[in-house]
Amino acid sequence: MTVLPENDDVLAVLDRAAGWLDTGQPVALATVVQTWGSSPRPVGSQMAISGDGRFEGSVSGGCVEGAVVEAGQAAMADGKPRLLTFGVSDGEAWAVGLACGGTVRIYVEPVTAS
Amino acid sequence: MRRATLDALVAARRERRTVALVTELGTGAQHLADAAGARTGVEPAGNGEIFTHVFRPTPRLIVVGAVHIAQKLVPLARLADFAVTVVDPRAAFASAERFPDVGLSHDWPDKAVTALSPDSATAIVTLTHDPKLDDPALIVALRSSAFYVGALGSRKTHGRRIERLTAEGFDDAAISRIRAPIGLPIGALSPGEIAVSIMAEIVAARHGRTLQEVRV
Repeated sequence: MTVLPENDDVLAVLDRAAGWLDTGQPVALATVVQTWGSSPRPVGSQMAISGDGRFEGSVSGGCVEGAVVEAGQAAMADGKPRLLTFGVSDGEAWAVGLACGGTVRIYVEPVTAS
Repeated sequence: MRRATLDALVAARRERRTVALVTELGTGAQHLADAAGARTGVEPAGNGEIFTHVFRPTPRLIVVGAVHIAQKLVPLARLADFAVTVVDPRAAFASAERFPDVGLSHDWPDKAVTALSPDSATAIVTLTHDPKLDDPALIVALRSSAFYVGALGSRKTHGRRIERLTAEGFDDAAISRIRAPIGLPIGALSPGEIAVSIMAEIVAARHGRTLQEVRV
C-alpha cells in the first residue's frame, strides 16, 4: 500500500509554525475564537505568522490577515497574547474590510521556545 | 503557546487523536485536555474567558474501485479536505498514472479497508459495480463506525445487494446505513457530475444534514 498523502490544512499551519521555529524565526499563532453573523472562516481556523512576515493558513476570507500579521509581530516582540475583534461596528476594522458584514474575535499568541 | 504544546498538537494530528487545547484568553495560560465531551468555543470563567479548541482528525475517504468516477471524485474530495485512499486489486485500474497524489492499495478490498482502520471520521464508497469487489468492502464498512457508506448501482442492483448482505447476517438497520443509489439526486449523468453528487452527499453526512435540509 502506498502511503496516504496528508491533506490536512490544520496540520499544515502547525507544521509550518514548527518549521519556522526550527530555523530560528520567531512565530505567532492566530486563532478564530468567536464569530457573529456571516464570517468566512469558522471558529478554530488558524494562521501561523513568522517574524519576517510570512504566513500560512487564514482567519478570514483575506480581509483582516494583514492586520493579524501585524498583531502577530507585536506579540512576538512583547511576548504577550492579544485578542482582536474585527467587525462592521468597528471603524478601524471596517477600514481593514470585513466585507461580509460579520464579526470575528481572533486570539493572537506568541509561540515560545520553552 | 509553548513549543512543547505545538509539538504535542502536531503529534496528535499525525496519530489521528482528538485533543482539546484550553486557553485562558486573558493570561495566555494553556494546557492540553481530554477531548471527551469537549466542544469548541469561548466560555466565561471568573473575570475572564476560556477558549476550548477541539482538534479533530481530518476526514478520510476510502474509494473502492479505481474507475472513471473515482478519477473525478479523488480531486474533489481532496479539495474538500479529505485524505483519500483508492483501493482496487486490479493494478491496471489503480495505477499511479491514473491516480497521482493519492494513496493506492492493490489488496483485496476487505483486507485493504480493514488495514485502514476506518473510524467515525472516515467515509467509504464502493464504485466497482462488481459484487466480488464491492461486497467485501461493504461488509468491513458496515462493521466500522464510518460516518458514510455509499455504493454505486441502481435500485435493482441495490436490491440484490441487500439480499446478499442479509445472507451475510446484516439486519435492516445495518444495511440502511448504505447510501444507494449513491449521491444526491441532482440529475448527475457524467462521471464528473456523479462525483459531485457523491461528494455533496458525503459533506452533508459529515455535518449531520439530512437530504431535506440540503434541499431547503
